[in-house]
Formats: sequence, C-alpha cells, structure tokens
Amino acid sequence: MDVHEYQAKELLASCGVAVPPGTVAFSPDQAVYAATELGGSHWVVKAQIHAGARGKAGGIKLCRTYHEVQQAARELLGKRLVTKQTGPEGKPVQRVYVELADPYERELYLGFVLDRKLERVRVIASKHGGMEIEEIAKTDPDAILQVIVEPAVGLLPFQARELAFQLGLNLKQVSRAVQSILGAYRAFRDNDATMLEINPLVVTKDDKVLALDAKMSFDDNALFRRRNIVDMNDPSQSDPREAQAAEHSLNYIGLDGEIGCIVNGAGLAMATMDMIKHAGGNPANFLDVGGGASAERVATAFRLVLSDSNVKVVLVNIFAGINRCDWVAQGVIDAVKATNITAPLVVRLAGTNVEAGRKLLDESGINVITADSLADAAQKAVAAWRSVK
Amino acid sequence: MSILIDEKTPILVQGITGDKGSFHAKEMIDYGSNVVAGVTPGKGGKTIHGVPIFDTVREAVKQTGATTSITFVAPPFAADAIMEAADAGIHLICSITDGIPAQDMMRVKRYFLRYPRERRPMMVGPNCAGIISPGKAMLGIMPGHIYKQGNVGLISRSGTLGYEAASQLKELGLGISTSVGIGGDPINGSSFLDHLVLFDQDPETEAVLIIGEIGGPQEAEAAAWIKENFSKPVVGFVAGLTAPKGRRMGHAGAIISATGDSAAEKTEIMKSYGLTVAPSPAEFGAAVASVLKRA
Repeated sequence: MDVHEYQAKELLASCGVAVPPGTVAFSPDQAVYAATELGGSHWVVKAQIHAGARGKAGGIKLCRTYHEVQQAARELLGKRLVTKQTGPEGKPVQRVYVELADPYERELYLGFVLDRKLERVRVIASKHGGMEIEEIAKTDPDAILQVIVEPAVGLLPFQARELAFQLGLNLKQVSRAVQSILGAYRAFRDNDATMLEINPLVVTKDDKVLALDAKMSFDDNALFRRRNIVDMNDPSQSDPREAQAAEHSLNYIGLDGEIGCIVNGAGLAMATMDMIKHAGGNPANFLDVGGGASAERVATAFRLVLSDSNVKVVLVNIFAGINRCDWVAQGVIDAVKATNITAPLVVRLAGTNVEAGRKLLDESGINVITADSLADAAQKAVAAWRSVK
Repeated sequence: MSILIDEKTPILVQGITGDKGSFHAKEMIDYGSNVVAGVTPGKGGKTIHGVPIFDTVREAVKQTGATTSITFVAPPFAADAIMEAADAGIHLICSITDGIPAQDMMRVKRYFLRYPRERRPMMVGPNCAGIISPGKAMLGIMPGHIYKQGNVGLISRSGTLGYEAASQLKELGLGISTSVGIGGDPINGSSFLDHLVLFDQDPETEAVLIIGEIGGPQEAEAAAWIKENFSKPVVGFVAGLTAPKGRRMGHAGAIISATGDSAAEKTEIMKSYGLTVAPSPAEFGAAVASVLKRA
C-alpha cells in the first residue's frame, strides 16, 4: 500500500525526522489559509498523488504571494496529473500540500528498501539528491553509499554516522543527519514499510537537514497490525476495479488487452496471460480467484472482468486442488445466467472432479467453449477474439 | 529415493484443529504420510483423526519423535510457530500460510542463524503448496492424485503452476521424484538453490524442472549455480512475461521492482547459463521429455 507525501512526512516527523512545516489542503481557500498559518514569504504547492516525477509534470508550484498559492491550488485540484510514473491516464489530484519554501544548499538522497537477496533492510544514500537513484547508479555508481541493517539489533548509530560523514557533511550537519537517518529507519521498521525514499534530503544554509520529499510503501501482509497506515488509504489513487476486487479479497490488475482472465492461483494466472500472448492475443487483466474458488467468488470475478469494456472474450482457467471442478463449474453457470454475458466464454477445468465439472457445463445449456489444456484454452480464446473483433 | 520426505518421515501438524489444518491433516494421512502429532495450544491431550494433540511443539517432539512440521497458522502468529518448531529441533518446516509480514520472515531467517549450519532447519514456504514425494508422502495441500511417481524433480514458486506441470508430465507418462513448492513471498525459507543441491545428490532424480516467476534474484542465482555445479539436465521457466512493472501480481513476491526482476530478463539469464527454457507454460512436459531423451 502507498501513501501520500504529506502522510509519509507525518510518519517521519513522529520519528524525529525534521521536515519543513506544511499543511494539507482540499480547496484553494484552504491552501491560502494554510499559507497564512505557516507564515513566511515563499511556499510550494504540491499535488498529492501516489506517483513520483511530479515536478517535471507541473505538479509542484513555487508561490510568492497568497494569490499565487490560490492560483496554484486551483490549477492542480480536480485535475488528473500525468507524470512519467502514472501511465497515460494520470492520477486524480484531490489534495495539495502547502509547504514553507526555504532555500537550501545541498540535495542528498536517502532510501531504505527490503533487500530480497540479503533478506535485510538496505540503506542507500548519495550526495546526488533530486535525481532518480537508477540514474545515479548509471552516471556515478561510486556515489552510492550503502549499509545493511542486521535485524537482531536494527540500524546502529555508527552506521548512520558513517553515511553522514561520507556524504561530506560538517559536524553540526552530521549530528542532524544521523538523527534523520535513525528516525527514518524507525519509521520504516515500526510501520512495516517495504520502501522509503527521501529524495531530496536537503541541507540548509543554517545547517538544518530536512526531508523535502518523501515516498513510502507498506507491506500489505502487515496491515493487520498497522491500523494507522490502513487509515491513510486513499482509494481515489487506485483503479476502481482493483479497489472493488480488494473488497472481495480477489486479486485483480487491469491491463489493456481484450481477453479477460479468471484463474485460480497467482502463478497459473500469470502463465495464462503469458499463454494468451504466446497464442497471439492480449490479456485484459490479471485475476486470481484464490484457492477456495467458491461459486460466489467466481460470480464476483465475472462481474469484475466484464466491467472492463475492452473485454471481448472471457477465459476461465481453473486447476482445482482444494476446491472441486464441479463447484467451480456451478459458479460459472450461475454467473453466466446472472450476468447475461454476450462475450464468448472459454472454460478450461482440470484437477479434482474434472469430469463432473465438464458434465455440468455440457448439460447446463449455457454457451461455452470448453478446452482440455492450457494451450487449447489460450488458442480457443484468441480464435474467439479474432472472430468477434 | 526422494528428497526431504518419504513414507517414514514423522510429521507434526501445527494448527491441526483449525479448519484448514484439520482438513489437510486428514488428506495427508489418507495419502499415506506418517502424521504422528498435532499441536494446538490449549488442546493438548485430545486426539484428531487418531493423532494425539499437544500444547507445545517441544512436548510433541519429545513424545512422538516428529522431525518434520507443517504449519497451518494464521499470519499474525505464523512466524512464532515457525521459530517454536525450530527451537524444538524440527529439521524440516513447511509453512503453508499466505500473508506473513516480510519483516517477520526476516526475523525468522535471522533466528535460524543461531543454529550451526548442520543443525539449521530447512524451511519450505511460506505461501506455498508444500512438498510431495509421489507414492510415498505428502506434506502440503496439493491434490495428490495428479502426481505420478517417477524421476523428475520439480521446484516451483507457484502452487497451481506446479500442479499444471505435474499433470503435463503425467499426461506424457513422466513421474516426479519430489515436488517442492518454495512459495510466492519475497522472503522464502528456502530457494531453488537449496533444493537443487538435494536433487543433485538424489540418484533417482534424472532431470529437474524449475518454475519461477517475476521478482527477486533467486532464479538467476540458481541458473548460475547449475552451470557450475549441476550434472543433470534442467528445464526452466519464468512466469509473468506480460506482467507490468511495479504491480504486485497476486503473490507478495511477484513484483518487478529492480533490474533483473522481469520474466524476459530471467529467461535470458537461464538461457545464458545453458538451461533449457520451456517456450510456454503449456510445454513443461514436452521440454522435460526432450531433455530426458537427450540425456
């Protein structure tokens, strides 16, 4: 799960990381009020969306007057911001963050990730802030500093100090940077984050070290113990179908093809999509109905897949292990009858009670193309798509 | 022979009185697995499916000599159950649970390091279908009847894609020595590599099929090791060619977030290390048959 910049900063600030003063606003008037409350003479108005690269896309505006703050908020709020990371459809801007803009001298990079190979948290820092870490890795790989956190003891002060000194900070800055690095690690660990990026971490003329931008992602598997993070969820930032799927504990990811997929198991679902591509078609979605694919879940899956207007064919591929093919078949029949689907439907069943499942489908009178194998299913789905397109 | 488990392996089921634990314990017993004990704190002294229940893993191990455990424990308590099994001297721990927080798994892996290498437990999963040595024993939740006994080793991150492979092999008259589901999470108890080492030493295994997916470095790691050390033919496959970057495809670990994570990159790496790559997920069986013919 992702959160907005201002929410990530709240979490960081509560762990002792210094951030510039700022307030979230939902309307231009609120933005002006926020600026008056913050004081100062320069503010940035930042679009709050779950994606980066906002600056280049015009999502961050520097303002010198209250009027400019109001203008900026008016321009951003209610529009969809398209950045390099959002995809062509962009993300809706429903909140802006008004932040006091103070000049700074240096931009640094600070990041925390879960390293899958080492099975440890990896801390990454660089003197080149403000650019993407992938870019730094290409242009100046030697400037990437790293330390690995030993899980039994957590990030240690000496490790943070080593990073700070290597970043070329003066003594006053070092002690503040150490506080920020250790605080950021605590925010990462205590909230079950999987990624935390402070880019840039800036150093001001008066030796302050501030998190100017912050991005955090959290482990979905840990949300059961992180109510504070769940409360930060902003459903406007995700695909409405994905949000709906999540409500039914189904795993759905929309893509741009025409063949809708309903599959049990994440690996088989990916393989089914690969197989469609291999056969010359394009999958419309990833959808894992899970191990216990009850009739009701199958019906919900059908509604989801059919709500995508690009879908011209539906392919159901179920390898029944714990669940049984006859239950799944009944789910398909009920769903077809309830949703009145007109798109061609290809069904492949395998595993436990497969004969009973096929018999049910054959005798149901619904219009269904049955397939025996994964290859057969993909070929039939692609052929059906070609015939209706 | 087989790896990890056979008909004699004494198995303990953690969470045996829950819906899933009870159902699958029965399935395992019916398949022929030697289930000797169950553990549910507070239910000690009772029995289920004729199996004695204990309050703690330590007590169960002491009374029954169980060496292997399968855990059906809800995500918030799963890491604790795994560490309890390790501390009681269980050698092989299979965790079915889907949804264990990554930081909990990090702690589990760190906890294992307190044991010297020769006494360190082997863990399979979490978020996996388990292990089956067809015709001998099942330590998992798979449909046993789709597996034929034979000479192919199978290692898969995904459960259902492993089923798909097993049934394709059976269709061609090919059987399996042992099938291991290593699970779909970002931090696994064991990797392809850990099981390849065992298959290398197993005289009955003649070829190995490894089925990976997007995300993480372990397919590449295994491929490099195979080139240097593995004497038997290996067929590889990586699912998720059509998966978009940065999106989690069901499994917590199936996400392209770094260079080398995508299916295309991993497939290329496998090929560069000399593995035979199945051209599509419909050709697992055919690809294995072809390498066996050549061998």
